[in-house]
Amino acid sequence: MRLLLVILLSFFVTLNLFAKGTYKAEDTFLKEAFNGDIPKSQSIILKRELRDNIQNILGHPYSGLRIKYWRNDQTTAWILEEVGKDELITFGFAINDKKIFKADVLIFRETRGWEIKYPAFTQQFIGSQLMDDNLSQNIDGVSGATLSVYAMKATARLALFLNDYVLSQ
Amino acid sequence: MMLRQWTPLFAMMFIFSASANTPSNEEIYQMMMELKKEIADLRAENKKLKESVEVVEESVDEVVIASDEAIKEQAKIASRTSFGGYGELHGNWLDDQHGSADKDEIDLHRFVLEFRHEFSDNLRFVSEVEYEHGVAGEGQNGEVEIEQAYIQYDLNNQYSMTGGVFIIPVGILNETHEPGTFYGVERNNVETKIIPTTWWEGGAMLSAKYDSGISYDLAVSSGLKASAADYLPRDARQKVSEASAKSPSLTGRIKYTGIPGLEIAGSINHQVDYSQDTLSTVDDATLYEAHAILQRGNFGFKAMYAEWDIQGSGPKSVGADRQLGWFVEPSYRIHDVGFFTRYSLYDNKANSSSDTEVKQWDIGVNWWIHKDVVVKLDYQDQSTASGITELDGINAGLGYAF
Repeated sequence: MRLLLVILLSFFVTLNLFAKGTYKAEDTFLKEAFNGDIPKSQSIILKRELRDNIQNILGHPYSGLRIKYWRNDQTTAWILEEVGKDELITFGFAINDKKIFKADVLIFRETRGWEIKYPAFTQQFIGSQLMDDNLSQNIDGVSGATLSVYAMKATARLALFLNDYVLSQ
Repeated sequence: MMLRQWTPLFAMMFIFSASANTPSNEEIYQMMMELKKEIADLRAENKKLKESVEVVEESVDEVVIASDEAIKEQAKIASRTSFGGYGELHGNWLDDQHGSADKDEIDLHRFVLEFRHEFSDNLRFVSEVEYEHGVAGEGQNGEVEIEQAYIQYDLNNQYSMTGGVFIIPVGILNETHEPGTFYGVERNNVETKIIPTTWWEGGAMLSAKYDSGISYDLAVSSGLKASAADYLPRDARQKVSEASAKSPSLTGRIKYTGIPGLEIAGSINHQVDYSQDTLSTVDDATLYEAHAILQRGNFGFKAMYAEWDIQGSGPKSVGADRQLGWFVEPSYRIHDVGFFTRYSLYDNKANSSSDTEVKQWDIGVNWWIHKDVVVKLDYQDQSTASGITELDGINAGLGYAF
């Protein structure tokens, strides 16, 4: 019995050496988005009109004064956070020609709905653009992850909206 | 500044107008030198001003960034303890086709409060307190129940441990049952009569998930305690209330969700002794359950099969040693409105010589006013043998989660 406990304890300690929750580091995502050469970050200050538009997309006010982004010519990258059911989920979106060409779940903190991190799910966002304020492509959900899916769809729409905004400035 | 810039010119004009004599080259040179010096001074001053503006701009940026980060940090600290909940108001107008067990009532079926606290990024507390049927207390219809109160520890991205009072990982609705996540006012019969949803126990659970889309859960927990009256799993729940712990239960579930919109899962729950050693005519019991969920665009489909195999002469004598149920449920959603139909069958005495099956058709609609608020309306049509309650009629519901 003692031997079993020691083996079990060693097993869990070994498992715990790995990081938790972070599926992809911010730098890794940005390097992949910009072919290894990450441009200097920029910020959008959220003035009233912009803040109202963001609230319409997310369904609630954005809790921050600015949104950071990375831009190289017509390519932009966005790292955005949104609550799924209880916890913040960190998403990464890269956009070129007004279309998402890269979508990743970077950090997932919820107890349920982690299936949205699978490439099979995130790849559904590739090629999506804004069409009447909605995503142009259908996104099949994940059973038991309704709110996590909703959060990723909302942040994808936000990234596309902000991309249009910075390119029009 | 403009005045200073034009001062040498004014001086030259004055000299030209005031003096009849043309200025000498030396005087013009002198004036040009003064003019040059003025321009240099102005340039230097302009450069200083520009630098000052840049410094101010940088300071403003720094203040915005610092304020933004402070706001977000504050929000994260505040969100470590969170609060949520859900509720369901039901109306049932059902006629018993075989007797007088009509049901015409309105009921605050559930009002649930959830409290959660993050001790750290990988250690959390989750709880759920449920108020059922509006009023709780002695002689009242309702109950106050603590359905979840557990500590969960993430060992890494793949593995987590759960200890405390947690929901048994079987079926579809047992773990995910917020009103907006399923069709129909009432939960389906298979997941109430065969799988005793909501079913929670006290114990420990190891959960694992892999990038392939496969996940599994293994749990050791308190068990059911069936009575000789009926051997019904729903009535056998001890609800972790001074629960007899002579015989534990073991649960295993494997699930595949590697393709968006698809879930395939199977669970086994084994009760080491279905009566907690209180009945000599009852031995062990095992629940087998499998289900599939498919969502493609607007179309949805759910199917489930669940069966109990209960050992012992007691359950066998009344045909309750085999209890089973299954359902299929196609649905179609257009924007905020979803339509569904469901055919279900369950039998808590499947090995009885008499016909004890309850078959039911449901057809209805969910209208999501908001992603977390839903209005439901459906019609149910049961089919049973004579002598068994057969309820047909309308159900209406209002559900919300926050």
